[in-house]
Amino acid sequence: MTAYNTIAFDPSRCELCNDCNACMTACSQIKAGTDDLLHSRIKIVAGFNGNPPELALCRQCGDPECTKSCPSTALTKNPETGLIDWDESLCIDCLLCTVGCTYGGITYNAELKHVAKCDHCDGDPACVKACPSGALTYITSASIFNEQHEREDLFVPGLSACQGCNSEMIMRHSLRKVGPDTVLATPPGCIPGMGSVGFNGTTGTKVPVFHPLLTNTASMLAGVKKQYNRMGRNVTAMALAGDGGAGDVGFQSLSGAAERNDQILFICVDNEGYMNTGMQASGSTSYGSWTTTTPVGTEMKGKRTSQKNLAMIMMNHNCEYVATASTAFVEDYYEKLDKALAASERGFAYLHIYSPCPTGWRFPSSQTIEVCRKGVETNFAPLWEYERGGELRFTHSIDNPLPVEAYLNLSGKYRHVSKEQLAHIQEQVNERVKSLKRFAGLN
Amino acid sequence: MNTTHYLIAGASHAGLEAVHRIRLVDETSPITLVTRDAHAPYSPTILPYVVSGQSAPERVVLRKADYFTQHNVTLISDNELVAINENDRVASLKSGDQWQYEKLLLATGADPIIPPIPGLSETPFHVLRTMQHAIDLREHAGKAKRAVVLGAGLIGMHGAENLRHAGLDVTIVEMCDQVLPGYFDPRAASVIETAFNDNGIHMVMGSRVVKVESQDNGCRITLENGNSLEADLLLVATGVKPQLDYLKGTSVQVDQGVLVDRNMRTDAPNIWAAGDVAQAADFYGEDKVMMGILPDAVTQGAIAAMDMAEDHALAPYVGGVPINTYTFFGQQAISVGQCMADAQLEELTRTDDDNQRYLKILLKDNRLHGISSINEEMDAGIMWQLILRKIDLTPVKDAFIARPLETGRALMSSTWR
Ligand SMILES: Cc1cc2nc3c(=O)[nH]c(=O)nc-3n(C[C@H](O)[C@H](O)[C@H](O)COP(=O)(O)OP(=O)(O)OC[C@H]3O[C@@H](n4cnc5c(N)ncnc54)[C@H](O)[C@@H]3O)c2cc1C
Ligand code: SF4
Ligand code: SF4
Repeated sequence: MTAYNTIAFDPSRCELCNDCNACMTACSQIKAGTDDLLHSRIKIVAGFNGNPPELALCRQCGDPECTKSCPSTALTKNPETGLIDWDESLCIDCLLCTVGCTYGGITYNAELKHVAKCDHCDGDPACVKACPSGALTYITSASIFNEQHEREDLFVPGLSACQGCNSEMIMRHSLRKVGPDTVLATPPGCIPGMGSVGFNGTTGTKVPVFHPLLTNTASMLAGVKKQYNRMGRNVTAMALAGDGGAGDVGFQSLSGAAERNDQILFICVDNEGYMNTGMQASGSTSYGSWTTTTPVGTEMKGKRTSQKNLAMIMMNHNCEYVATASTAFVEDYYEKLDKALAASERGFAYLHIYSPCPTGWRFPSSQTIEVCRKGVETNFAPLWEYERGGELRFTHSIDNPLPVEAYLNLSGKYRHVSKEQLAHIQEQVNERVKSLKRFAGLN
Repeated sequence: MNTTHYLIAGASHAGLEAVHRIRLVDETSPITLVTRDAHAPYSPTILPYVVSGQSAPERVVLRKADYFTQHNVTLISDNELVAINENDRVASLKSGDQWQYEKLLLATGADPIIPPIPGLSETPFHVLRTMQHAIDLREHAGKAKRAVVLGAGLIGMHGAENLRHAGLDVTIVEMCDQVLPGYFDPRAASVIETAFNDNGIHMVMGSRVVKVESQDNGCRITLENGNSLEADLLLVATGVKPQLDYLKGTSVQVDQGVLVDRNMRTDAPNIWAAGDVAQAADFYGEDKVMMGILPDAVTQGAIAAMDMAEDHALAPYVGGVPINTYTFFGQQAISVGQCMADAQLEELTRTDDDNQRYLKILLKDNRLHGISSINEEMDAGIMWQLILRKIDLTPVKDAFIARPLETGRALMSSTWR
């Protein structure tokens, strides 16, 4: 199976254009040479009660219902493109396909006197090009799965992470990619806590794993790596640490290893606090966040200080490779992981992955990826990379971000946030982007 | 004796969907597909277009031969299930071959009903259910001038229109006072009837045929009121009924069709039934019903197969909802769900006679019960889901009544996310 292209729709961006209809006009133009929206095969419809707009468009289904309802074989799934092709010469206009489709993806066009559906404009969709807000994007779906699914998951099944845990996803994805020639360190935190280091003499990991102290992860790994080098064996010394284990308690050893440019792949899984011990705040906890040590009451309204930007601090160590990543943008993460892995052969590589936590942040477990995505799209958690000697480079556009509420509104930990706090957070986000831009040589 | 894990009788919508669903979760167990037809699989719905010449038989094959080899399916055509020994799980075919199965799906569809009209059995006439029927009818139509069609159901109406397209003088005789009874309300039916009249088809409504006589080059049809019609081509389309002789001696319970539960299981162990052959739960009431429509054959075939293959994603059948998308002389009549109001239903209608448009919405407790239309853009699949999911329209009722298309789209789109 190959990866197919798809037209992705982001309603929260679509909302910004105030019913511009640019996509529908472009579709009508290219398909029928008119502005009459009757001919558009993509239909944006108003959401209810102030909700964002909704979409009716052929999803080019993997297991399409329209083709099954079609008595004439006019509709078929093209194995090359993944598109559902419609053959006018076969169609008998019975409209049974419109019964099968529950997306409004194929509908009768009274002027054409036939059904019509989206065909991705032969791989160059006019609607996407016309969309001014970035709500429509033309992307390749499922390529990551197709490339990676043959690799072995090097954690055992049945780790006891919370439902919807982002950290578990990060661990499994990362180690699967890095591969079996790895020695893994997981300092105290959710990652060993869910069973990856194991107990009673068995481990939850299919590579050698150890459980350093919070304080000495990077220095222990440096020693392990040196010993393997001496033995002439090439192994990856890898850490999967929480933000506390990396940036607070474990910071001096981390900073030391980065400064010495030790050959380590250090991955920080940042869930903004000490979540597995009861949701205490850390240095990475963002301003305004509710935690058990930054409660919301008459005086205090969540955390009073801002988070430190650990990724930028690491970049200022001038080590081999530093990048931020998010599980909502896995393609981007995989590319960075490849680079980090290569860099860790030369010296210190550091990946900082934003890891929204459904349990500690108070959002439904089904929303993890959505929270990740909104973090990036609001510029709250911008994606960038840095290679030693080079400049910082954004890997996801920081232009036209969504307002930061789009991210904050998703998590219960910001529920109490006042207008003033919100304005403050937005300002911080803007400031942080400004300073990142300076490192990127942009203004 | 031959053995197979899955034995499926019938290679049309229900049977083919079952093969597809089984192979999604079970790539290896042998599947054997037996069909009475000698032609490669096709849809009965296409047949009127074969008659008119619009569709070429070789271009409307639902699955090519290589599909079956690729999916490790043994296809046996031009043969027939004739008996079942449910205790030994053995099916006998017309050829005399016997197949031992683990699981058996009956997807044998329905056959035309031949009404007991005096003289009919001695007169040459056509029916329309198989490709061979269509080919014969097409050949005959090429030589004929005057056709009479008995029955104004879907098959009769499609047949009549396509005979007209083929250049014949066509008369439809129907017992009821309206065309497509049960599918459309009298108002929609009258629009359809008018279009038929306008296109030169004679509509003889509310009339019973009392006698058919064979004549040189055709037949004479006598009506209840004494009038008679002459034709050189007679198409009988007075309904369909499953042919279930192969069930003799089994514990499978039968009413109008094979009675099945919500997983499409019959009363006999290891035997399922789906599609036009089955009589399954009604969405609206307690009695089991015959659906006789293509989308439902697909749904039922899928459910049966998921149960047979022990697919955990199986969601039991929620009941049949009548659905018809009927195109006639370039116009569209669509009906999803109930089409006739009763005392419990709220009825809203809108007509636009100038543009031949008509819309009717039936609601119960602010939930959609049925929607039908003539020449209105409509997403039948979305309306079907609104009914099946019993989506509460209270917060959007005004919008739905004013703009069912857009509102339906927005509702479904928000449900997906
Ligand atoms: C002219 C016409 C127009 C139609 N128009 C529409 C329409 O517009 N919309 C709509 O929804 N539906 C329409 N239908 C109905 C639709 O075609 C059927 O609902 C659908 O085909 C049912 O599918 P099925 O698989 O249950 O059975 P069928 O399609 O009837 O297939 C039965 C299969 O079983 C095989 N078979 C029969 N007996 C045996 C046996 N003893 N052993 C082995 N194999 C056997 C047959 O060869 C065939 O392969 C129309 C039907 C006709 C005839
Ligand atoms: S038309 Fe509808 S059912 Fe067919 S592929 Fe498109 S979205 Fe899926
Ligand atoms: S309208 Fe055309 S494409 Fe749609 S089901 Fe009928 S024959 Fe197939």
